[in-house]
Amino acid sequence: MNVPAVEAERVSVRFGDHDALRGVSFAVPEGAFVALIGPNGAGKTTLLNVVLGLQRADRGTVRVFGHAPHALSADALGYIPQVKTLDRTFPGRALELVVTGIRRAWPWRVSAAERDAALAAMQRTGAARVADRAIAKLSGGELQRVYLARALVRSPKLLVLDEPGAGMDIAGEAEMHHILEDYRRARGATVLMITHDWEGARAHATHVLLMDRGLAAFGAPAEVAREERLLQVFGYAGHKAATHGGPHDG
Amino acid sequence: MGELLSFGIMQRALACGVLVGFVAGYFGVFVVQRRMAFLGSGLAHAAFGGIALGILASVPPIYAAIPFTVIVAIAIVWVRERSALAEDTSIGVLFSVSMALGVVFIALKKGFAGDALAYLFGSIVAVSAADVWLALAMAGATIATVPLWGAWAYAAFDRNLARTDRLPAAAHDYALAVAMAVAIVVSIKIVGILLISAFLVLPAAAARMMSRSFRQMTVLSILIGTTTPAVGLYASYVTDLPSGATIILIQAAVFAAALGARRPAA
Repeated sequence: MNVPAVEAERVSVRFGDHDALRGVSFAVPEGAFVALIGPNGAGKTTLLNVVLGLQRADRGTVRVFGHAPHALSADALGYIPQVKTLDRTFPGRALELVVTGIRRAWPWRVSAAERDAALAAMQRTGAARVADRAIAKLSGGELQRVYLARALVRSPKLLVLDEPGAGMDIAGEAEMHHILEDYRRARGATVLMITHDWEGARAHATHVLLMDRGLAAFGAPAEVAREERLLQVFGYAGHKAATHGGPHDG
Repeated sequence: MGELLSFGIMQRALACGVLVGFVAGYFGVFVVQRRMAFLGSGLAHAAFGGIALGILASVPPIYAAIPFTVIVAIAIVWVRERSALAEDTSIGVLFSVSMALGVVFIALKKGFAGDALAYLFGSIVAVSAADVWLALAMAGATIATVPLWGAWAYAAFDRNLARTDRLPAAAHDYALAVAMAVAIVVSIKIVGILLISAFLVLPAAAARMMSRSFRQMTVLSILIGTTTPAVGLYASYVTDLPSGATIILIQAAVFAAALGARRPAA
């Protein structure tokens, strides 16, 4: 039997007297494309942080490819953070940021081999033209492409994305979904992505994880996105969730 | 300058100033980029508690201040890691306690404790040969941390991204805080407690405005950090002004020049 890519069993996280997650359980099969959806404060980012090993669960367990999250090899993981958390005062170039995906440190000097590998990944995500641009001067969409190249350059088997559509126009977001989908199919990789975009989730996701501090639903998009369930979670059953969160969203 | 260097006091002050400038210039880039300037200020004030403890115990104050300030640095990071408090709150609490302890230690000292003032404002005549060796050891220890530059720079860019790459960010935070604590204490005789945090901030801040890469920022910060003490000491000798304040004003002039030369943000 295949080990699930991500498996959560009754995971709870509490911040002070606030339950960020309450008894969340699910199992993501390897190779799935999971859209993580829910209103602001639903626990989406907290759940991602637990999966990434950045946050310990107060109760319950999470296994990533059968390992505790912090024990998972960094090479197996590609993470794309929210662009709004970026420190734009940092003096660096887009290419250097992509090289951190290879070296797991900020490069003093980029070798020819690293430059070639980084440029190939940037070509794939449409970011090659901004390779030598200062990070501070990248638009939100360009930055997302750079971060995606950084994640793909190490060929991870799990991609974790926190609102990759933020800062992108509709065409850019659709293109990113296609890049992710192509990568997933080519490598059999698993994708776990927070999104507010129902349309993208319906079109590309194999599974939807609907969050409301606890798990509201997990399954195929058509099954999860039932109107009464969306009304229950969002108080709204439109195709695109109306709200985008702040830095501590979810 | 030749006449200046004929004095043993100035030779020691210059050697100590350049070595401390190297250390502060190197660590300063992480301090500035990680917005830790208040930590430098907090540790400098905390060092006063250690200096006062040394005076009370009649041991060389610097040797009491180093472990004292290192413990405060570790405590600041530990409190931040273990509580929901922001780092500036943790620093504020611990440096106030350290200063209060310093005042109590001075009050408990029987007889004259005027030495403490020399540490507040810095005094090059107080720089001994042992201080130069201490600064040299600190510079050597700083060079030993150079292999960590890439990891520290990465964490300065995005701490969580670095943590997903399994970098031990908390261990690096402790190492950086301890290094800053030692650098600050070693620098106190030259610059003084009240001004030492500027040593950690001004060269790196000026370098930031002139740099397109973190590597360039690091090199420029070290360059500014090592040259300004020499220029400042000379200016201090010529004008008969306090050395620490003069060095800081020279660094501030470099910062102002970098600010003036920078194109306004679009």
